[in-house]
Amino acid sequence: MIQYETVIGLEVHVELKTRSKIFCHSTTAFGGEPNAHVCPGCLGLPGALPVINKSVVEYAIRAALALNFQIASFTKFDRKNYFYPDMAKNYQISQYDLPIAEHGYLNIELNGKTKKIGITRLHIEEDTGKQVHQGSITTTPFSLVDYNRSGVPLIEIVSEPDLRSPEEAYEYLNKLKAIILYTGVSDCKMEEGSLRCDANVSVRPAGSTKLGTKTEIKNMNSFKALQKALTYEIERQIEVLEEGGRIFQETRTWDEEKGITISMRSKEQAHDYRYMPDPDLVPLVIDREWVEEIRRSLPELPDDRKERYVREYGLPAYDAMVLTNTRELADYFEACVAAYPNPKTVSNWVMGDLSRLLNASGVDITNCSIKPRQLSELLQLIDKGTISGKIAKTVFEEMFASGKAAETIVKEKGLVQISDEGAITAIVEEVIANNQKSVDDYRAGKDKALGFLVGQVMKASKGKANPALVNKLLKERL
Amino acid sequence: MITEKDVDHVALLARLEITSKEREMYTNQLNDILEYFQSLQRLDTENVQPTAYVLPLKNVYREDQVGDHLPLEEALANCPDREENYFKVPKIV
Repeated sequence: MIQYETVIGLEVHVELKTRSKIFCHSTTAFGGEPNAHVCPGCLGLPGALPVINKSVVEYAIRAALALNFQIASFTKFDRKNYFYPDMAKNYQISQYDLPIAEHGYLNIELNGKTKKIGITRLHIEEDTGKQVHQGSITTTPFSLVDYNRSGVPLIEIVSEPDLRSPEEAYEYLNKLKAIILYTGVSDCKMEEGSLRCDANVSVRPAGSTKLGTKTEIKNMNSFKALQKALTYEIERQIEVLEEGGRIFQETRTWDEEKGITISMRSKEQAHDYRYMPDPDLVPLVIDREWVEEIRRSLPELPDDRKERYVREYGLPAYDAMVLTNTRELADYFEACVAAYPNPKTVSNWVMGDLSRLLNASGVDITNCSIKPRQLSELLQLIDKGTISGKIAKTVFEEMFASGKAAETIVKEKGLVQISDEGAITAIVEEVIANNQKSVDDYRAGKDKALGFLVGQVMKASKGKANPALVNKLLKERL
Repeated sequence: MITEKDVDHVALLARLEITSKEREMYTNQLNDILEYFQSLQRLDTENVQPTAYVLPLKNVYREDQVGDHLPLEEALANCPDREENYFKVPKIV
């Protein structure tokens, strides 16, 4: 069988979180009554003229700089003409031949290797309205249209066909999202549609330099869906080729329930958008000083921050990558380290117990009830020997649930570690007396038996005995 | 050179229904227009910058401020059909 190579390029749409829409003063607020956030501009009423929102251009440049793009000095808007009810004007204002930014890239990491992924272009456009369907979409003869989203600013980011697997595509989208979130220009919520992703997929015999015929996959509404849809589509294409068939250039939609991609080929002729410069909008000449000003205002981005964590804190690369994936988590981590200067210990708690509790409860790190100072207090209690590491985990969960200080919980629940030799000796002797078999096993050379005995002592002390002391006292008496 | 096939294609894209007589007329008219552009092609444009816009204007921005929205009844006043507060249109797939 021939070996195939996969070639993937992603087109990502990101909604910019400006207050007002791109070409009119309607609000961009998500939700709201259908058609309550509209004005003559975004409804395309005759006579209404578009004027570009300056913040949209600023945010686009901000995102583009963070993605290593070159910013155009001259850029303009074009009309993309098509008849579809999601745009009231029958055209979408976008950018065609002179986008605001070209030649960007980002680095992804997979299996410990860094790979540079080229990004062809970033352009500005307006979002479309939303269609809803009553009953089944296949049988209803009507579409209901809500224009609240029509005119919300978008940037479209088109990658080079540099991705070679669904995993690489996943990592690319994850990194893109992380970087955009750092810049603060979008909240990148896939479930609310403020981050959307389409994929161009093709396969070719390994070693070939000619691209195979591609299909475009739409409607992947989560990171998981992206990976599943790509995996499916690659297998489908290979199967078609293996059976002597050929791939048609077409748009396919991902059906999440069935787990397959379905052809959306319509009776209409090939797309012909007849792009033309929008005569209602004047061109933009981008001031270099403005670009530099925006560049200076960028925060430290994930790659730089990650490198610094390895360099300054001596953290493993993996820890550094996880901690810097969002700006909020990285800020939290740094605040903890400022209060408790042992980065690796803090990292273990943040990546382990804290992340687990946050995920399970769906709470965001910014709303976390355990503040960095409180985490540092808990860690100090362990260092002082007031509580054991094991008890600390119980205290931590209680802190997370109640927002109380570690010390308060330890006092209220009587969790102070028992480090009194006399008290522990009493328990140790009792355990030895009641577990003759394990004692004999240990004495016969079965080291494992010690672990069981330690466990019994810890249990009898309700986890409060100092484990190091338990070990020492047990060994002395065996 | 524009053919009748081109005219059919453009008419389809613009959702226009045309008769065979109109097809012939538009083909001739469009070719006349293209011919006129042929004479423009003879102009020396060596020192003329390409332009995307005819007026000497650039960088017209608005500030990011939210203004009034249309009252729902006004927003929906011109729609041929509605369902609750939605525009109701034939489904296009």
